Amino acid sequence: MNALLDTALRLVVITGAFLLLPLIVGQTEHKVMAHMQGRLGPMYAGRFHGWAQLLADGVKFAQKEDVIPAAADRRIFGIAPAVALVPYLVILVVVPVGPGLVGRDLDVGLFFVLAVLGVGVLGSIMAGWASANKYSLLGGMRVAAQLMAYELPLVLAASSVAMAAGTLSLPGIVEEWRWWWLPWQAIGAVVFFVAGLAELQRPPFDMPVADSEIIFGPYTEYAGLRFALFILAEYAGIVVLCALTTVLFLGGWHGPLLPGVLWTLIKIFLLAFVVIWVRVSYPRLREDQLQKLAWVGLVPLALLQLALTGVVKVLLAA
Amino acid sequence: MDGYFGSYAVVGALLLIGVGIFAGAMTANRLLRPHRPTPEKLLTYECGVDPVGEGWAQSHVRYYVFAYLYVVFAVDAVFLFPWATVFAAPGFGVATLVEMFVFLGFIALGIVYAWRKNVLGWT
Repeated sequence: MNALLDTALRLVVITGAFLLLPLIVGQTEHKVMAHMQGRLGPMYAGRFHGWAQLLADGVKFAQKEDVIPAAADRRIFGIAPAVALVPYLVILVVVPVGPGLVGRDLDVGLFFVLAVLGVGVLGSIMAGWASANKYSLLGGMRVAAQLMAYELPLVLAASSVAMAAGTLSLPGIVEEWRWWWLPWQAIGAVVFFVAGLAELQRPPFDMPVADSEIIFGPYTEYAGLRFALFILAEYAGIVVLCALTTVLFLGGWHGPLLPGVLWTLIKIFLLAFVVIWVRVSYPRLREDQLQKLAWVGLVPLALLQLALTGVVKVLLAA
Repeated sequence: MDGYFGSYAVVGALLLIGVGIFAGAMTANRLLRPHRPTPEKLLTYECGVDPVGEGWAQSHVRYYVFAYLYVVFAVDAVFLFPWATVFAAPGFGVATLVEMFVFLGFIALGIVYAWRKNVLGWT
């Protein structure tokens, strides 16, 4: 009974974090982007610096009409937002925030994470196809192109960490982590983070939703709550990507003075800040430039990292 | 809640919670939202003009070569994971390291081949 209660409590905390953290990242993005562009951003909702803006948005979305175009494939159109959103919740079950503080320590955790991360992208492809709209279809095809470009560097960079730690369990990886992994795994970290940004379709890799040419890509026909869920999925994706980068490359809960959970959160939010910063700073890449960057840049770098990891690890063991 | 199936039961429970969140949100939405469909509202969006033809248009998937490359390499990469956990175990050392360079060599050779064939471009 106690074990059951323990598991239930962990699931409640994970669900709470999943619902809360993306909103904090979203609000941060509002304010950080605004200040980087010499604006104030939301100032009205909730009185103090517009802190309740996203709650107000949520209330608005919940009351909006659910418009499904007559030409669309209704069923797929309807479930696509869930396919995009739910995988990010499921991933959080294996992400440790402190020693022993993890939903469930799966022994194939890293593999599980990479597999489920790919499912989220399917939601966008489904939306693009089911909308029966030319912009959506183009957007969906770009999503697919992007997935193929960035999945491989992502997987290779992640497996470099698995080699270094000798385990696929995420808490196990953090326990093995030492500070000198930072320079040792630096290339892998950059490759993983950049590939993750592309997987989330975040700027500068937001070609699939390029608003100046294909309206909003796969989400063009979406309105109301289903649209809001896609946007929520994007921010949940940022949280998951930053959490994974923290756990794999930045040592998770390791850090001086402060408690471990706090260190994990600090690292996650620093990375989320970088995600926002990159959005404000870089122009959008064209789809072919993106493919080229991935295959001629990131994949060779990831292979180099694998070689480096292998050599150092065997030398250390010898 | 222990063991192999116990672990994945927890994962399954979280999946159900996720589906529940989605279903709950859509149900709340159903209770709160208006529903006044008109033929114009349900028309496919094409910048305000009437849509031409249907949305499922045929187009040239120019990145199909990348798709092949991706499938080949992704299958390779799957084998990395079980290997990654044991390659530095006592008694393996240099032998597995050589194997790794053979593996990396194959992938690198594949990419160099694709690059020299000029298929890593868009057109």
